[in-house]
Amino acid sequence: MSGLTRQQMADAIARRFEDDWIVNLGVGIPTMCSNTAITADIIYHSENGVIGYGPMAAPGHEDMHLVNAGGQHVTLKPEAAVVHHADSFAIIRSGKIDVTVMGAYEVASNGDFANWKIAGAKGGGIGGAMDLAACAKRVFIILEHTQRNGAPRLLRQCALPVTARGVVKLIATNLGLFEPAGDHFNLVAIAPGVTLDEVRAATGAPVEPAPGMTEIVP
Amino acid sequence: MARSKVYPGFAEAIHGIEDGSTIGFGGFAMPGVPFNLMKALQSSGAKGLTCVANTTGGAGQPRMPDIGHLVELGMVSKVICAFTAATRASDQLPFTKYYESGEVEAELVPQGTLAERMRAAGAGIPAFYTPTAVGTELAAGRETRVFAGREYLLEPALPLDYAFIRAHRADASGNLRFRRSQRNFNPIMAMAARVVIAEVENDIEPAGAFDPDDIHLAGIFVHRMVVIPPAPDGLWPQLREPRA
Repeated sequence: MSGLTRQQMADAIARRFEDDWIVNLGVGIPTMCSNTAITADIIYHSENGVIGYGPMAAPGHEDMHLVNAGGQHVTLKPEAAVVHHADSFAIIRSGKIDVTVMGAYEVASNGDFANWKIAGAKGGGIGGAMDLAACAKRVFIILEHTQRNGAPRLLRQCALPVTARGVVKLIATNLGLFEPAGDHFNLVAIAPGVTLDEVRAATGAPVEPAPGMTEIVP
Repeated sequence: MARSKVYPGFAEAIHGIEDGSTIGFGGFAMPGVPFNLMKALQSSGAKGLTCVANTTGGAGQPRMPDIGHLVELGMVSKVICAFTAATRASDQLPFTKYYESGEVEAELVPQGTLAERMRAAGAGIPAFYTPTAVGTELAAGRETRVFAGREYLLEPALPLDYAFIRAHRADASGNLRFRRSQRNFNPIMAMAARVVIAEVENDIEPAGAFDPDDIHLAGIFVHRMVVIPPAPDGLWPQLREPRA
């Protein structure tokens, strides 16, 4: 039971993007969504004011003035535009981002999630996560289903300080696609080679198969 | 004839920064960071600074001048940033241990709130309400208000004494242009500051060189400018070592 790779988790999320969506990808696995071949015509937005970026720059062709929110050198599509930081977050705060995809330490069945502060730390790394989480139309989360010691990351309630409350709509882990449903998670799609019992054993909240649950095609 | 805004070097351009000043440093990742002005500040002897930037810096390699260096030199009493710890739990920012030990104060602010607090300062607005951070630890004990059924958090403007910024092109009157994602916080910090010091990547062009419609930051906001020399005398963005 290992399930999906990191890229396959990103693929499972990216295939949910729809035409004309404005999409913001967080640092880590979410940036891998831009590697997925999808048919939807979408626009990528980055917190630093880059609207309409495309694939990563090829080695040797990096533009030193151009990075995405993860500091990676990207390319621009013909429709690209650049705005300053206040305008970039005006786009976010006014609800124009159709989906923000982020990593997380924990996500709860009540739709809360935590991704800015680890246990015992005094400081944290918020970046744009709280603005995006509070204001995007949809929050999708990608994370490994369990911690390295096997402890669950999908919980009934977050133990860590939350980034936003009640906002998560869809979660991709190595074991499947989940929707927070209050006191439990709905399993929308299961990773190949993984059983429902294995998912339940690895989850810190009840898991119910959603009507019409499918198997993910990697 | 107005006095020239062009200074011969970085040390001259940052001369006279008072102890206790609040300084904003533009930039996001490498683009638009005023590396040369930040390096010059290390030798200025200024103390008790409040430093405002997206991050305290220092997790990526090669390490460039950042707030962490100023903290290590004992010049900083407080930082206001969207990152006071690294995004990756396995990374450690140079700043973090000074914060953990209580030597330096920190205010952790969501990135969009940080930008808007400075935008508000530059726009003469004392405070604003935002939905960001409602229901989180950051909002504990603070004033919120409900508008149309949704709860918002009151955030104060963040005025700066100085803004250190980096631009691509400038004319002699201080009109600036930025390139690609270099723009980021730079024009907002400039508008929020009493004194704006810009390092510029190209030779200063005569006034009138830019079409007035194509200026990103009007020269009335810019007080001092220095042209960045070629490497190795000047500091330029580097490719970061790739991360797994």
